[in-house]
Amino acid sequence: MKAQEVPQDDSSIYRGEKRAVYATSKDGEYGVVASSGWDAEEEATQQAVAELERLSDEAYEACEAGEASPLEFHMYSKRLDLLSLSQATGLFQWRIKRHFKPAVFAKLSDKILERYADVMGITTQALKQLPKKES
Amino acid sequence: MSEPMAFGLSSALNFAYLPFVKLAGMPLIAYRSIPKAIIKGLQKNLGLKMKIETFSNQQKGQDRLDALLEEGRIVGAQTSVFWLPYLPDEMRFHFNGHNLLVYGKQDDVYKISDPVFEHVVEANEQEFLKARFAKGVMAPKGAIYYPTFVPQAIDYERVVPKAIKTVAKRMLKTPVPIAGLKGMRALAKTIRKLESKDRRYARLFLGHIVRMQEEIGTGGAGFRYIYASFLQETGNILSNETLLEASVMMTEVGDSWREFALLIAKSIRSKKSETVDFDAIAKKLESIADEEAVIYKKLLTAF
Repeated sequence: MKAQEVPQDDSSIYRGEKRAVYATSKDGEYGVVASSGWDAEEEATQQAVAELERLSDEAYEACEAGEASPLEFHMYSKRLDLLSLSQATGLFQWRIKRHFKPAVFAKLSDKILERYADVMGITTQALKQLPKKES
Repeated sequence: MSEPMAFGLSSALNFAYLPFVKLAGMPLIAYRSIPKAIIKGLQKNLGLKMKIETFSNQQKGQDRLDALLEEGRIVGAQTSVFWLPYLPDEMRFHFNGHNLLVYGKQDDVYKISDPVFEHVVEANEQEFLKARFAKGVMAPKGAIYYPTFVPQAIDYERVVPKAIKTVAKRMLKTPVPIAGLKGMRALAKTIRKLESKDRRYARLFLGHIVRMQEEIGTGGAGFRYIYASFLQETGNILSNETLLEASVMMTEVGDSWREFALLIAKSIRSKKSETVDFDAIAKKLESIADEEAVIYKKLLTAF
């Protein structure tokens, strides 16, 4: 990539920051050029963020409707999924799935709640409820 | 030593498609070796001695880091992106393979040089501990590393050919079908199969490829440019024309990787009703594998 071709798309992800990219000068010499981001990269990141938002919104509604425990919402809102939550907590996936049921979740011990809260970086109190919807 | 030189001499260039290692439900795609292998490569090829320490106890992990900083050392650390407070929200996914340098501590704030940013950043004790001891796939276990012996001079005549041949052979000849150029072709095959998969999943998978390439690990195509820079530097040091030619070719491959990412970005941007041309994307990837094959074969004849 030539230095003048280094993307400067002011990516919203970078928040005005810049990243180092290796590129060639006019005479083909390599050097470091600061890039303000690339649309293609931003696109892919936004897509992943949007997908997690979609899943956590769905889980939020399911919880409000009494069909799911708040755990599922917190999982997605903390950018986790069943597999990664299972790996981080050391709990089997089928157990976590059971904890998505409001009745089962309500009876969970503080110890288990603590494990979830810890990998999510929230308090057990916060884990037990839904945050107020941002309007 | 320049960053590309360290990258090149450690034979870090790689490709691996690991469908069984999942990140957010998507397979791991790596464009370079894991940092631990890079460190090992540097030790082997340079005679540099690095110490890597991991901890089962968080407090011990923190005390050790603090003690090393107290000695005035610069320490490398493996962390999870999700817990680094200075990263923009959009970047904070559960990826445990993020490496950075800690160069100091003031009160309870660590001074950090993160490859993502131009300038230095900070994280407080608690936040940083969380990032170092994140759980899950590739859990860092508080891993820190630092040099214990740095050689005075480097015998480029001896080291460069060795390091380059390692990469060329690995990319061309790794017997497992998921590593090296075979890994690229395996990924191309998977892309073709997306045709019959759920549309949302297919688009997410494609987007994931771009993220693994351009964002996580500071850029997959970027590593091709870094390697091209290394080939240029060593080509000049050793007055080796073949290396200089290979450098130009490697730059072109980096450009091709970017075209590949662009092709995907366009397809996920397209309207839901439009069909994605998976075959064209797969073909592009296969042509990159062909392009790279020519370079590695050339590099094997360079010495």
